[in-house]
Amino acid sequence: MTAATVPGEALKVRLTAEEKRARILGVVYFALAVFVLWVFTLGVDPDLDATFKLSLPRDRFADLEWVVNARLVGYVVTAILAGLGALQLTRGFGTRGNLVLGIGLLLFVLSFLSWAAAGKSFSLVGMLTSTVLLSVPVTLGGLTGVMCERVAVINIGIEGQLLSSAFAGTLVGSLFGQWTGLIAGLVTGAILGAVLAVLSIKYQVDQIIAGVFINIFALGLTSFLATRVLGPNPDLNAPGRFTVIEIPLLKDIPVFGNMFFKHNIIVYATLVLVAALQVGLFYTRWGLRSRSVGEHPKAADTVGINVFRTRYTNVILGGMIAGFGGAFLTLGSTGRFEENMTAGVGFIGLAAMIFGRWNPTGVLGAALVFGFARSLQQKLGILGTPIPSEFLAMAPYIVTIIVVAGLVGRARPPAADGQPYIKQ
Amino acid sequence: MLELRGITKRFPGVLANDNVDLRVEGGELVALLGENGAGKSTLMNILYGLYTADHGEILVDGEPLVLGSPAESIAAGIGMVHQHFMLVPVFSVAENVILGVEPTGTGGWINRRQAARSVREISERYGLEVDPNAIIEDLPVGLQQRVEIIKVLFREARFLVLDEPTAVLTPQEVDELIAIITSLKQTGKGIIFISHKLKEALEIADRIVVMRAGKTVGEVLPADTDENQLAAMMVGRPVELVVHKDKAQPKEPVLEIRDLTVLDDRNTIAVKGVSMTVRAGEIVGIAGVQGNGQSELVEAITGLRTPLAGEILLAGDNVTLASPREIHRRRVAHVPEDRQRSGLVLNFTVAENMILDSYYSPPFSRGVVMDWDAAHDQAEHLVEQYDVRTPSVDVDLSTLSGGNQQKVIAAREFNRDVQLVIASQPTRGIDVGSIEYIHSRIVAERDEGAAVLIVSSELDEVMALSDRVLVIFDGKIVGEFDPKVTTNAEIGLYMLGSGAVHETDGADLARTVE
Ligand SMILES: Nc1ncnc2c1ncn2[C@@H]1O[C@H](COP(=O)(O)OP(=O)(O)OP(=O)(O)O)[C@@H](O)[C@H]1O
Ligand SMILES: [Mg+2]
Repeated sequence: MTAATVPGEALKVRLTAEEKRARILGVVYFALAVFVLWVFTLGVDPDLDATFKLSLPRDRFADLEWVVNARLVGYVVTAILAGLGALQLTRGFGTRGNLVLGIGLLLFVLSFLSWAAAGKSFSLVGMLTSTVLLSVPVTLGGLTGVMCERVAVINIGIEGQLLSSAFAGTLVGSLFGQWTGLIAGLVTGAILGAVLAVLSIKYQVDQIIAGVFINIFALGLTSFLATRVLGPNPDLNAPGRFTVIEIPLLKDIPVFGNMFFKHNIIVYATLVLVAALQVGLFYTRWGLRSRSVGEHPKAADTVGINVFRTRYTNVILGGMIAGFGGAFLTLGSTGRFEENMTAGVGFIGLAAMIFGRWNPTGVLGAALVFGFARSLQQKLGILGTPIPSEFLAMAPYIVTIIVVAGLVGRARPPAADGQPYIKQ
Repeated sequence: MLELRGITKRFPGVLANDNVDLRVEGGELVALLGENGAGKSTLMNILYGLYTADHGEILVDGEPLVLGSPAESIAAGIGMVHQHFMLVPVFSVAENVILGVEPTGTGGWINRRQAARSVREISERYGLEVDPNAIIEDLPVGLQQRVEIIKVLFREARFLVLDEPTAVLTPQEVDELIAIITSLKQTGKGIIFISHKLKEALEIADRIVVMRAGKTVGEVLPADTDENQLAAMMVGRPVELVVHKDKAQPKEPVLEIRDLTVLDDRNTIAVKGVSMTVRAGEIVGIAGVQGNGQSELVEAITGLRTPLAGEILLAGDNVTLASPREIHRRRVAHVPEDRQRSGLVLNFTVAENMILDSYYSPPFSRGVVMDWDAAHDQAEHLVEQYDVRTPSVDVDLSTLSGGNQQKVIAAREFNRDVQLVIASQPTRGIDVGSIEYIHSRIVAERDEGAAVLIVSSELDEVMALSDRVLVIFDGKIVGEFDPKVTTNAEIGLYMLGSGAVHETDGADLARTVE
């Protein structure tokens, strides 16, 4: 600090945080444009075309594809990104900033794909369809997190809840049919939800520890039972899968038909659940009360809301959603149980919850991004690119973290998250 | 009729209520007085079902009330405005008002329009102006208070508990509130009114009950008593109600502010080119109705908010962009206006809160290791000196009564050797006995050569303490007064923006009052 400056001299007007963010964003657009030009445009053979398949062999409109010169895509995307950057720096996009950012990133991915697929053919529809499928368990895991954390109970045990109910779904499904298996999954999820609820609400055990306990317990128990029970009796690990229900007419829409209208009941139910929870949380009495319990439990208590009962109900319902996700893993996806088959899906669900800012639709969006990343990694493995596949597996997450942490703005968890409520 | 009988409540180390009886009739207003930590809020929380009593019963119209459930108490027609607001900060006004009694359609679908309409209706009927769609955390405390009152009225309570409702209000708002309370009383509602402002109690109460150390120590009619007697009853000794100070001896400027412009949280300009000077050895008071920029002004001075333009000089150094720690290091004490939002960590212990600003320096830390013994000694010394009522310095701060929490901040901030003291509402919620002490501390700071800036919506306090009074309205300083020759009424006019606006140079001490 120096001594006084000339009195009365006004300070230079400083930037607000939003203005700073807008500037950074503008620079990011330009950086992306330069990168696309350098790598994805000038880095491909000018004669090569990229072929994107837009339909599957048995579709009504089979053989839809989009053939385009890879370099041309690169030039177009470069131009658009540079244009967005210029607009962002000059007049900004106001409230539509995030939408534009999303479009910009999609274009970036498009140029990346056409670079990777130059001279080859790439099943775009296959990748998008598997994106949706891969995002289902992540979404359900994230919704579980939303249910619990909106009432201020941290659920680290989603992974364990998914895994246990996947196991229960297989075992009971093999014995008594898929529907019974699904119910067994729901019940298992609910029981583990209740365990978490009792530990954290009644006994005020540290919630992280309670969740970790559930995960370790679930992993140990299901692994043991898988080797001892399922291993010697393959019949007990063959529940079959829920049949795919194709929605008439809608299924024939190119690309979207495959992405959204040729799935089993669990996938449809997941989408319905996202909408229902979004509406429920923000437009109904249940949602208002739940959120108040997560934000300021004492205030909720003073207006006669039973904080403990609300927490129990939501944590157990959350467990049931995880149970649904677990059932999807076996009954809706692979058709059999494998040791530690969740492999971190529950934790990715938690990340989706945070990136989705504790909103169901946000969770779905984040889960789709994660699903897209996984799917991209799988399909690019088939395509064979010069980039090591481990790096490909990482890159989308890094992009997500940068985007969400730095550019989309601050996410704020429910104020009482993780704190037990103590009544005098 | 509402009757509390033999209520007893023990907290670890404290008997907060000791066999307390209290009775309120419909249409009657009972003022409940008592020093900080006397057990007033505890008793009311038991009535409201938030705490469960160890012994005792509550009768509503002769029917026993199920204890320990706010839902039961609300159903029995009991409403309460809590000392520390019970509002969900991220919800809108309407959402907070309807929470728990939501107007719903099928499937629990909330009827937002009806909610907003109900809020507006109550606003209009009782003159409690507030936007139903505003988000609580964006509202100043005064408006949050209104929301709390609307909440109770919305529930159509027959018995109302108001726990220090006037502590956060401006004089005008207090008058409005009193008018509301009076009209509520006339509609037959029974009211329990807690306050540390004896004048108010004398003015509106039908009956005054005084508590001390968990017991009721007396019951008087306002006509038979006066402030001095009430103060003595509360504290157990005679209390000096007026501030004694000699004429100020202002010396060199310590704080100089030039053309300061500051934005508020909504990015609108809250402080509009304020210039002022506070000198060593004087107390300058800023009087103004909540929400006229005084909070932003203080935040800018203390480094909590970055000004848009203008400059702040501290002992001649430009500190416009300095961090709060930098400001603190330059020997500035700050008592913030909202003790629970800034200034205290509620789930830290009393001792930890006492060293919250200096934990990183000796004697409390040596290198990276804390010296807890030193911290304890310091905390115990301050608790004793400032008469903080707590079973020990190791209990969580959140268990202290509201006034005692305030004393913790005051003790910590006034204990340091500083060149500038900035105090917002320094005695909010503090009982008369402790106000006497804190006021004498502030005057002592001045006499030891510190510059003191007091921001308060409590006009009496500003007038009693200050050597100079600046009135802030709509982000500008609209007048400067000598409290010895000006009346409250005149300053009140300026606070409402109806005085003749004249530009002042804060450095000019010699302004006369027309
Ligand atoms: N939750 C709690 N846990 C432990 N002790 C508490 C708790 N709440 C209050 N106390 C203690 O009970 C006593 C009475 O507190 P109470 O809040 O009722 O005082 P009060 O009369 O309302 O004071 P004030 O005027 O400062 O608000 C205090 O000594 C306080 O420390
Ligand atoms: Mg109190």
